[in-house]
Amino acid sequence: MVIIEFLDSIRLDVLWNYRELFIRGLWVTIALTIVGYSCGLILGLIFGLGRMSTRKWLHYPSKYYIDFFRGTPLLVQILLIHLAVIPTIFGKSLGFFVSGAVALSMNCGAYTAEIIRAGIESLDKGQMEAARSLGMPHRMAMRYIILPQALRRMVPPLGNELIALLKDSSLVTVIAATDILYAAKVVQGASLRVWEPYILAAILYLILTWVVTKLVAYIERRYSTSYVPKRSKRRKLLFF
Amino acid sequence: MIKIEGLVKSFGDLEVLKGIDYEVKEKEVICVIGASGSGKSTFLRCINLLEEITDGAVYIDGVKVNDPKTNINDIRTNVGMVFQQFNLFPHMNVLDNITISPRKIKHLSREDAEQLAYELLEKVGLSDKATAYPEQLSGGQMQRVAIARALAMKPKIMLFDEPTSALDPEMVKEVLDVMKDLAREGMTMVVVTHEMGFAREVADRVLFIDGGYLAEEGPPEQIFGAPKNERTKAFLGKVL
Repeated sequence: MVIIEFLDSIRLDVLWNYRELFIRGLWVTIALTIVGYSCGLILGLIFGLGRMSTRKWLHYPSKYYIDFFRGTPLLVQILLIHLAVIPTIFGKSLGFFVSGAVALSMNCGAYTAEIIRAGIESLDKGQMEAARSLGMPHRMAMRYIILPQALRRMVPPLGNELIALLKDSSLVTVIAATDILYAAKVVQGASLRVWEPYILAAILYLILTWVVTKLVAYIERRYSTSYVPKRSKRRKLLFF
Repeated sequence: MIKIEGLVKSFGDLEVLKGIDYEVKEKEVICVIGASGSGKSTFLRCINLLEEITDGAVYIDGVKVNDPKTNINDIRTNVGMVFQQFNLFPHMNVLDNITISPRKIKHLSREDAEQLAYELLEKVGLSDKATAYPEQLSGGQMQRVAIARALAMKPKIMLFDEPTSALDPEMVKEVLDVMKDLAREGMTMVVVTHEMGFAREVADRVLFIDGGYLAEEGPPEQIFGAPKNERTKAFLGKVL
């Protein structure tokens, strides 16, 4: 009886009235995740390789960067960047999106750097030796021999990182970024309903992570088992 | 062609090579024999500086290899190396394995590089495997591709680090036959090997390394027929 009463009390029309807020939130979450992840990959490559460098001026800054962003909460990083770093550098706030994207990129970059380092170090050192013995300079060997192989090994952990980033992006709500969670909070404040907006937010996140999971699983199947290219694989992309 | 003077190599406190002097002349085939851990592989790897040299010097064509001013990559393009574990690049097919270094280092066009690769593949008897990936090849085939890959840089010297030790017995011959052809064509070769039959048949001189010293050297008839050194006698008594 209690359950039926509860279900009766659910009012989906509340959500419908605020649909535009949720759609906007969805786009903000997706945009922040994509920007944060893309920049994070680039930062991760730079700092991951930097950390493996034997040159001290590359190694130590990379190490400290990674240690800081892995060792402090993302929430603290977001507030620090939005309220302190960006206003100090630019003299004014550049809006939630810039702050959020910067914080997520920096955070993602630190984790990606460790993934990249682990991926490279997991390769047999004979690969580098073979490349160097042919006369390749270190950088060329990295580019053509080591990285293409290491990238394949990085696919599963990089996929996990993308899913984690997608969910962690909800923390930007604290700087009033209009993402999915922020939409839910606004609806809660305006309608005094709690179940509907937060369940919807959860469902939206669930759909996003489900899509990403399937995408990562596809890429993994495609790339991590064998180096021999397979034919007629394209069709599968449509069906996951 | 290769001149080795007072070569010392230490790993931390462990001195592996304790001062080796030797000179390899052009078109000579040198076989290096000795027990496991005697330092024979390290000796070979010092020649193209895959191991840093602790003390002494190696000269190739009069150029000091372990001089900080020497461009080691230039030296290595003239010194091919074949490894015990093949170290083929698993993410490339046979053709790309062979052509990557001439294309990227010597800036050969793809057509020229591939033509060269096909010539080399024919020489090692693998013309039909050009588009295969390393994981689709047997050990013997992989090692023959590795030899072709090293030859693609048109080296003046070839170093072989126990090229048949990781092979199943029935595949040893196909690799040794390729090496014999190479020796017949006048390639300068330094071969670390446990194949005493090969050493006896092909080598111009045999080096016996024991405990980090060059214990004995001479033509194969002398080393195998009438060794002077007691350690050589003891070693050959065990392996022959």
